[in-house]
Amino acid sequence: MSIAPAKILARLHINGADVECAFNPNKTLLEVLREDVNLTGTKHGCEMGHCGACTVIVDGDAVLSCLALAVETIGHDVRTVEGLAEGGELHPVQRAFAATGGAQCGYCTPGFIMSAVALLERNPRASRAETMQALSGNLCRCTGYTKIIEAVESAAADMQSGA
Amino acid sequence: MTDERKVSTATNPDIDAAGFTPDAPVTSVRQAAPGLPEGKREGFSVVGKALPKPDAFAKVTGTANFADDIVLPRMLFGKLLRSRHAHALVKSVDCSRALKMPGVVAVMTGADLPVKYGILPSSPDEDVLAIDKVRYVGDPVAAVVADDELTAEEALELIDVEYEALPPVMNIETALRDDLPKLHENPRRTNNVHKEVHLEFGDMDAGFAAADRIFDDEFFFEGNTHAPMEQHSVVADFGPDKKLTIWASTQTPHYLHRIASQVLQMPASHVRVIAPPVGGGFGGKTEPFAHELVAAYLARKTGRPVKITLTREEVFFAHRGRHPVKMKLRTGVKSDGSITACHLQTWLDGGAYGSYGVATTYYTGALTTVTYKIPAYKFDGVRVFTNKPPCGPKRGHGTTQPRFAFECHLDKIADALGFDAADYRKKIAVDPNSTTVNGLRVTSCGLRECLDAASTRTGYSAKRGKMARGKGIGIAASSYLCGAGLAIYWNPMPHSGAIVKVDRGGGVTVFCGSSECGQGSESMLAAIVAETLGVDIMDVRVCAGDTDLTPVDLGSYSSRVTFMAGNAAREAAGRVRKQLTEVASEHLGVPETRIGFARRRIFDVENRATEMTFLEAAQMAEARFGTLAAPGSYTPPSLAGDFKGSGVGPSPAYSYSVCVAEVDVDLDTGEVKIEKITLAHDVGRAINPDSVEGQIEGGVYMGIGEAVMEESAFRGIEHKIPNLLDYKTLTILDMPPVESIIIETDDREGPFGAKEAGQGPLNPVIPAIANAVADAIKARVYSTPITADKVLRALDASSGGVLRLRKAPARA
Repeated sequence: MSIAPAKILARLHINGADVECAFNPNKTLLEVLREDVNLTGTKHGCEMGHCGACTVIVDGDAVLSCLALAVETIGHDVRTVEGLAEGGELHPVQRAFAATGGAQCGYCTPGFIMSAVALLERNPRASRAETMQALSGNLCRCTGYTKIIEAVESAAADMQSGA
Repeated sequence: MTDERKVSTATNPDIDAAGFTPDAPVTSVRQAAPGLPEGKREGFSVVGKALPKPDAFAKVTGTANFADDIVLPRMLFGKLLRSRHAHALVKSVDCSRALKMPGVVAVMTGADLPVKYGILPSSPDEDVLAIDKVRYVGDPVAAVVADDELTAEEALELIDVEYEALPPVMNIETALRDDLPKLHENPRRTNNVHKEVHLEFGDMDAGFAAADRIFDDEFFFEGNTHAPMEQHSVVADFGPDKKLTIWASTQTPHYLHRIASQVLQMPASHVRVIAPPVGGGFGGKTEPFAHELVAAYLARKTGRPVKITLTREEVFFAHRGRHPVKMKLRTGVKSDGSITACHLQTWLDGGAYGSYGVATTYYTGALTTVTYKIPAYKFDGVRVFTNKPPCGPKRGHGTTQPRFAFECHLDKIADALGFDAADYRKKIAVDPNSTTVNGLRVTSCGLRECLDAASTRTGYSAKRGKMARGKGIGIAASSYLCGAGLAIYWNPMPHSGAIVKVDRGGGVTVFCGSSECGQGSESMLAAIVAETLGVDIMDVRVCAGDTDLTPVDLGSYSSRVTFMAGNAAREAAGRVRKQLTEVASEHLGVPETRIGFARRRIFDVENRATEMTFLEAAQMAEARFGTLAAPGSYTPPSLAGDFKGSGVGPSPAYSYSVCVAEVDVDLDTGEVKIEKITLAHDVGRAINPDSVEGQIEGGVYMGIGEAVMEESAFRGIEHKIPNLLDYKTLTILDMPPVESIIIETDDREGPFGAKEAGQGPLNPVIPAIANAVADAIKARVYSTPITADKVLRALDASSGGVLRLRKAPARA
């Protein structure tokens, strides 16, 4: 038994598929992804919109899932880090993060990757300044960001060349 | 030893060609060390290569399971009620209303588990939940588990606690007073002093008498916190077999295992602690926490799994971060610059509990002597209790604060004597294979090479003091442990153990109790085992941090894992290699001394065509010897002296780092812009140069934060900024370019010559920035963080001289 409002049944569109799930309507998208859809790749670091760890892509935009209610995303296209690799092949941004050491503890990594993917899908030739602006809402305590920048720029080059 | 030393200081001609400019917002310049002789370098197939970390794949796909990602059937969710008083007697705790709330399954108070604990056996001063007293705002008082987190949180409102407020003790000065209540009863003391240390080495009187000049300074280092991205989390499960399993985001599963067993009064053999990947620690997850013990107790009580994940605000309360430290230095020098005597005094604001504080107190004095020759040294340290979240170990543990003070002090001495600050440091640097006045054994030491590389690369001497006002350059050096020489609790057993197993499919597994917190311990273990057995790094699976499955490793603290777990894994893999060598030698008809391992092949090093596959050899060896597996252990040499406190400071090796910071200070606003950081680090040998660079860059990042913005600020009794927006850290936009220079000195005891890179590179960053700011504004800020208001105050005062900020300015 819970004091939360009764669950609703909804159909969310997550990573290209319709997902039917029941959840308390007061829950954030972050909570529903992690707790009701078992997509724990999206992380929480503050639940106040400060750290970017929970970044997902909604209709092409990087969105802080801790500040969005799940019910708001009904009828919208939600993408999480689990939806990036295709046919067992890593997305170029994922590949680059692994190759450069852009992930140390790895906790902020899904959020950074989603912010980077949202940027590069919209602006494949993003300048360094644009890249940094796009990632400035994501905090990382391990890397000093240098290898993250390296990873995103190398992924952008790979995506350009179709690698 | 000089002939054995391989030092890489060669600059990379591609750097400039690649278009590196100081204006580039973020860049990493790779000047990896080609330093090893070609032959030896060729001899390695994994070590020294910038390979992707095997655990990175799970991390980039979201499949790495951190503690809060674990979900078990019938799991309950717990929440802690935390004190709103900084200092109060707890008269009563009544959970009856909370227990009646629908969805609440169980409650807990301090009386349920009245066993004091603490990470150090010398200071077991923490209650699992407050029993008679709360000692800081955020001190846990009671707990609830419920069907869901929201219910548990709401139920906290229904717990009735009666407090009797006591006067709070909020800073060092107040804690030294005799007329205030003591946080912890101690019949030997009238004030809130927790620990005092007084050590003296060499002849201080003669040292100061021989000095031509004596320099006095006073500094203050503000407290700050780790703020790992992952909030602490625990899942506990008590099975029908009466065995307890704890999954916790911990850097030290072994210590949690010991203390959970003690507090819960269960045999350690029935307690299993598993450390999933840890989402950042930096020292903040190196001891048992109340929420972990509460989850374990309530799992046992309810027979259901219990999860407790701290909120970000609670992470600031759990703290164990950098101690605020006030420091006084008095140093005697000859006119040629050589130090004749040094007296360091430190006062540490420890917060409410002991934590690692006894060790921290020693560490504020222990490593002063490891960088420069000091023939007479006196250290007095005092740690006090205050009504704030407990301080503990943060990256650089206790050495970061005095390193800031000493390197600033040294720049002033160099200036007063008219020396170039880089040359001066080289002149007084310790020598390899020497012993310090306080008995510390220095073996490999690339300090001079680091000083050369960093100062040459930046043109330090040509720039210092010669740039336009507002522009500054500063240098500082440091040294750090490669693992503490003694365990937290006295015991004669190894500090690290590993088991290497080869299966008949050719796969290799290394079992080791170490905890992966992002520093790369798993990829380090995989690399060392892969190198030893000649397999691909991706053939090695690492099973780490599980007290049932893996041999003990003391944990990811004191920069010990590469040196200690690496050596254990190397020994284990070496034993398996010996068995494989024996069968391969017979099979190939080649003497054992000529057998080599690489590329999944075992071969005659003199005729590589004579070879067999690793798989064939593994199967033959299993047929011959049975299951192919071997243990390895590492115990550091006995290095402690014969005086009390001599256990803190000794390490099997020391890393060395030199930082040059270039800054641009806005003389109107006082804002400090870091333009570039160059950091040379003697890592012994880079097992993975990318990982070493990553540790350097991360250390630089955190050092800049501590130098110019990060601080644990309090308003009255309350933490003023317990969130990631107001607790300022660098965003990607604030990060300057970093040039990492890896110096390799091939430590004779390190695994493949390796030393540490996790903590050392942070230490020199803060004083290098402070020295650069002093160069820029021709005045000095004596406390961290060097914020705009302090810079302006120093500038205002500098018309008539130098203003000394004896402590952080009072805040509204």
